[in-house]
Amino acid sequence: MAIKKFSSKYEAAWSDANQQLLCLDTGTWRTKRPVVNVEKCTYCGLCAIYCPPQCMKIMPDHFEPDLNFCKGCGVCAKECLRGAITMMPEGDFDNEGKKG
Amino acid sequence: MKAKKGELKVITGNSAAAYGAMLCRPDVVASYPITPQTEVVEQLSKFHADGVLEAEMIEVEGENSAMNAVAAATLAGGRAFTATSSWGLVYMYDAVLQAAGFRAPVVMANVNRETPGILAVSSGQQDMIQTRDAGWIQVIVENSQEILDTIIMAFRLAEDYDIQLPVMVNYDGFYISYLAEGVRIPAKDDVDQFLAVLKTQPKRTIMDPTHPIGAGSHGLMTEFMELRYKHCAALDRAKKKFDEIDKDYGDFFGRSYGGQIEEYRTEDADFVILTSGSAVGTSRTVVDAKRAEGVKVGLIKLRMFRPFPQEKLIKAIKGKKAVGVIDRSVNFGWNSGPIYTELRALYPEIGPMPILSFIDGLASIDITKPHIERVIDDVANAAKGKPYQAVTWIPLEERE
Amino acid sequence: MKEIRFHGRGGQGAVLAARMLAISLVAEGKCVASFPMYGFERRGAPVVAFTRFDDKQIMEKTQIYNPDCLVVIDPGLLKLPTLFTGLNPNGTLILNSSKVFDKQPNENLKLAGVVNATQIAVEEVGRDVPNTCLLGAFAAVTGWVGLQSVMASVGEYFGGEILRKNLRCVERGYNEVKVIKWQ
Repeated sequence: MAIKKFSSKYEAAWSDANQQLLCLDTGTWRTKRPVVNVEKCTYCGLCAIYCPPQCMKIMPDHFEPDLNFCKGCGVCAKECLRGAITMMPEGDFDNEGKKG
Repeated sequence: MKAKKGELKVITGNSAAAYGAMLCRPDVVASYPITPQTEVVEQLSKFHADGVLEAEMIEVEGENSAMNAVAAATLAGGRAFTATSSWGLVYMYDAVLQAAGFRAPVVMANVNRETPGILAVSSGQQDMIQTRDAGWIQVIVENSQEILDTIIMAFRLAEDYDIQLPVMVNYDGFYISYLAEGVRIPAKDDVDQFLAVLKTQPKRTIMDPTHPIGAGSHGLMTEFMELRYKHCAALDRAKKKFDEIDKDYGDFFGRSYGGQIEEYRTEDADFVILTSGSAVGTSRTVVDAKRAEGVKVGLIKLRMFRPFPQEKLIKAIKGKKAVGVIDRSVNFGWNSGPIYTELRALYPEIGPMPILSFIDGLASIDITKPHIERVIDDVANAAKGKPYQAVTWIPLEERE
Repeated sequence: MKEIRFHGRGGQGAVLAARMLAISLVAEGKCVASFPMYGFERRGAPVVAFTRFDDKQIMEKTQIYNPDCLVVIDPGLLKLPTLFTGLNPNGTLILNSSKVFDKQPNENLKLAGVVNATQIAVEEVGRDVPNTCLLGAFAAVTGWVGLQSVMASVGEYFGGEILRKNLRCVERGYNEVKVIKWQ
């Protein structure tokens, strides 16, 4: 049988866990986006600990969501002790921040 | 004497399953939610809350308990219903085997979805295939109306004194479970009347304090074989019984589906294609289009899968020049479609002819009209004696 | 037979809109088949819903590849490259948007109805639930179903005050939709 070129490199239901354990672009599901006020962030890491898909990126002086995966659940905003994270409507951002 | 026409409502396949079950007045319902079946549980709960369903609703923590609960309920003489899908069916597997072995006449709606091994929240018949050796009666339906009607027929079949076997009513997840169509809802008293014949039959053996029995007894050597034999004999009787029930249903309610199989334009066909579930609906339109072009193709709709309708299929296929089977699942080991391999077991009765396997529709991949056209073209070529490919995984093939 | 394809995001009521349309068509004596296709059932995830109607029972169970009409509930989805793929000649589009077209988006698209359903829904219901408004626009632009039938179908899902507000959305969609025709 003339099989099309396989789209997956793996032999079985495996996925890359090289950089992160996330494998599905759930960022497109978002209707609200967490916006980090870098000034207020004290680098405590609670947002990263509580983030359900663990998609908080560790930046040099603050944390911010990886927008390819962030589903906009708002847990980070709720848990932040400094109120440094605000949930904003996704529509305000147009195509900013999405994967190219 | 005919049943009333019934109210016309636009409901989904899942809702139709809930209506079918509710109309049969089950004594016990125990079901756990799982996509794409959840609406069945929700609708039954709503019926119960509205007082329309007077069943004992057992809230279980998982499907394994659900099957144990409903099987036990039927062994205590009650009527019981449950619904599940894929992973849930796998989770209740030991109880599924027990239910069949104990001859517990449970009716279960199984909403077909891909099973564990590859995570998929999508349509596929692997769950039904995986359970084909459990000893249950398994039927597969094509649309929302057929779900409702077949569930009513399923209770009539399961609880029949000559049968006493659990019945699984399968329908495609997503493509039929969520398909909203106009469905005629029979009146409750008409369904009562249709099922009333069961009360005239001898009483089946149940757990009765005045005549205690144990269910799940040991089978030793020859006795074990006798019990297996009796089980198979009951499954064998279920074929003719299903045809009779379907005819009675048609006479009374005005809708019948052909029983074990339905033959569509097969009489003068040169070759036939065979499939089940939602793909049948689409196949009808493609067969009509091909017929209009002069291609003498017929369609066989497989409704009863267990027991396998050997006699009916032999009669329908014998004399044709080729047959193609569209499977929505895989047969690991034969590495082809499963219904296809079962059809091959009908040789030598059907005589030597090309039998072609087509695998399609896994993980909610759409079995489209072009796919079915391609199936018909390939089988047509095989029927003419041209070389053919035994197994084709349609969505993976190079040519469109 | 007519085939209508709805595009939306989870939470916007695409599935419900397709279902309500099916109910309204059945009330007018048509045979229908309507179902959604989505991967993950959650707010924000893309949803496609299909509704077919005809004078006789509908047999095909596939998704819709050659729609006669597209109903786009989320204006952002207009950018979808495959949105118009397979659109039948003389195709129709019902769109939730605050902006009207500057040019014909696809050569098969001959008729469009544009209404700011989000704004109407926010005004009438207080939330961005544009689906019922778009059904009103659909009835007005295509003429395939009557306004009364659409309103009755909405009544199957809502009651009391929320029904009244949604019925206002339907009516406003019907009356305020801007119709654009191309040759």
